Amino acid sequence: MEDMIQMDRTISTQQDIKIEAKGVQVFYGDNHAIKDVDVNIADKTVTAFIGPSGCGKSTFLRCLNRMNDTIDICRVEGDILLDGEDIYDPKVDPVQLRAKVGMVFQKPNPFPKSIYDNVAYGPKIHGLARNKADLDEIVEKSLRKAALWNEVKDRLNAPGTGMSGGQQQRLCIARAIATAPEVLLMDEPCSALDPIATAQVEELIDELRQSFSVVIVTHSMQQAARVSQKTAFFHLGNLVEFDDTDKIFTNPQDSRTESYISGRIG
Amino acid sequence: MQSLTLPLLVILGLTISGYFLAKTRALQVAGGDIRKLVSLPKQHALNTVLATAIPPVAAILLFSVYNRLTEGTGSWLFTLVVIALAVTGFALSLIGIKVQTRARTFAERWILGLLIFASTIAILTTVGIVFSMLFETFNFFEQYDWKHFFFSTSWSPNFRGDSDLGIIPLLWGTLYISLIALAFAVPIGLFAAIYLSEYAGSRMRSVAKPAIEILAGIPTIVYGLFALITVGPFLRDYFASPMGLGQSASSVMTAGLVMGIMLIPFVSSLSDDIINAVPQAMRDGSFGLGATKSETIRQVVIPAALPGIVGAVLLAASRAIGETMIVVLGAGAAARLSMNPFEAMTTVTVKIVSQLTGDTDFASPETLVAFALGLTLFVITLGLNVFALYIVRKYREQYE
Ligand SMILES: Nc1ncnc2c1ncn2[C@@H]1O[C@H](COP(=O)(O)OP(=O)(O)OP(=O)(O)O)[C@@H](O)[C@H]1O
Ligand SMILES: [Mg+2]
Repeated sequence: MEDMIQMDRTISTQQDIKIEAKGVQVFYGDNHAIKDVDVNIADKTVTAFIGPSGCGKSTFLRCLNRMNDTIDICRVEGDILLDGEDIYDPKVDPVQLRAKVGMVFQKPNPFPKSIYDNVAYGPKIHGLARNKADLDEIVEKSLRKAALWNEVKDRLNAPGTGMSGGQQQRLCIARAIATAPEVLLMDEPCSALDPIATAQVEELIDELRQSFSVVIVTHSMQQAARVSQKTAFFHLGNLVEFDDTDKIFTNPQDSRTESYISGRIG
Repeated sequence: MQSLTLPLLVILGLTISGYFLAKTRALQVAGGDIRKLVSLPKQHALNTVLATAIPPVAAILLFSVYNRLTEGTGSWLFTLVVIALAVTGFALSLIGIKVQTRARTFAERWILGLLIFASTIAILTTVGIVFSMLFETFNFFEQYDWKHFFFSTSWSPNFRGDSDLGIIPLLWGTLYISLIALAFAVPIGLFAAIYLSEYAGSRMRSVAKPAIEILAGIPTIVYGLFALITVGPFLRDYFASPMGLGQSASSVMTAGLVMGIMLIPFVSSLSDDIINAVPQAMRDGSFGLGATKSETIRQVVIPAALPGIVGAVLLAASRAIGETMIVVLGAGAAARLSMNPFEAMTTVTVKIVSQLTGDTDFASPETLVAFALGLTLFVITLGLNVFALYIVRKYREQYE
């Protein structure tokens, strides 16, 4: 009986884990950027990565959808499982993986196309829309979620590169959610946004949590505390502490975490 | 030219002494304390040098152009004016050295003037070329009906007079050969560029790119020989004769094909640079959405680079239109208006050469027509180049 209950628990927690990273090491040539990191990213949760600049947050994030493949000198070791399957397995097609694990980059990078085509790009290549009306709806919904619709609804044919930095970033967010990923990786999505747009994006993140898991890199402690349920603190390529957000911010176990969140290192 | 020696020596002497005098004097007016000066001593020195040298040298240049035009010779008055200019500049700039003098601003103005002068020369040369052509073209149209020139479909010059000088067969040959050349060069060059910039490893790239660019260094006469002895007979024996399209080794196809080979490095090298200039972040954005490599290239990279690629193609087109040697040896010199690509034809440039070589009498329409042809060609390529530059510039503004 006791055993049965135990088993039940493990099954339920296993189902909850979306991405499981074990012993991940990343090298850029000789530079050892990520050192033996273990992280479990739960489904339907927001996980925040915090840590000083250059500690490897973006690098680790890029491992999760194999964007590091595009960097010649980058080498990844260890296991990363998505729904229990190793994403670095030779059988896995990184293209399909990236359709499931979407990404918003640290610097906004809209395509030199119209606003509409930027958002429609993912749905088009993945065949998510059956007809034009469908596509229009996806575009509008994504732009609304990214808090951009009201600003651009009259100029959907204007080039995406001609917008302000913050608008471009929200366009990239809209572009990423239009593809309907299962996991969304966001690398400092609000660093170029004003407080109102930031609040809207945070609202979006909270909404996304209903249906999939979100990983967000941020330099703002307040933001991490506001939007995330889990927080991972990175320092010099090591994962120092990973726990419930409340616990990290109220009762950190490691002295480095405490120094960082109280503003003494970083 | 004898008369130039003295003024040049005076200018040189004043310039060198002005440099040292200005430095000393600047220190002197500051009472030895360099921090009191608004401009540094070396800036005063530079200002003096420029003020002493530029006006008389400019005067010498102007006078020699003037002398050419009026066929006069140097006079003592001219020598005097030049020396006076040098001395005035020298004296004024030295006297002007005060603590408050902003010599740096003055020196920068002189340098700005120099830069403007250099760009003016480049522009004036172009204008000069156009005018010299225009002049002779007017002479031509005084003797020959312009309607006939532009609309007659036959070209048969006759040095005893009574020639048919219609540009249409020549323009047709030019356009036909250029189109064939571009039809070969653009796809091959573009695909090579895509391979080199997107797929090739760095080692492959470092070998292949220079190898392709070597093609650009081959003199066109060598391409012409290749057309004459290899490509022409090959096309005749394996394509034209079996298909019953003619027996000529010289053909539009021969010249077009070889010219296409010549243009490949133009297209590929320029397109490669342009494709490489597309930021990596753009590709990452596309990969991050789950696009494949070929989707990324087709839908993001090429559209982003397209204006630049069009510019490269247009530059290649103006090269093709101006090419002469390959045409003479590959397509022959017979003006003809025909659709058959295996027939000998010729272009505007070849006819310009043949009208101007040999026994020429610069007053007959048969000779002067060369200038009208040249001007027409100039206008066409100028238009293409302006269009290409416009597109390339538009592309440059696209990022940031
Ligand atoms: N493309 C790359 N090539 C080589 N080294 C890299 C590359 N990207 C990152 N690195 C190195 O990896 C380390 C971690 O960088 P990373 O970008 O992951 O930091 P980060 O935590 O995201 O910092 P920030 O908060 O400033 O964005 C750094 O030492 C950096 O120099
Ligand atoms: Mg980063």
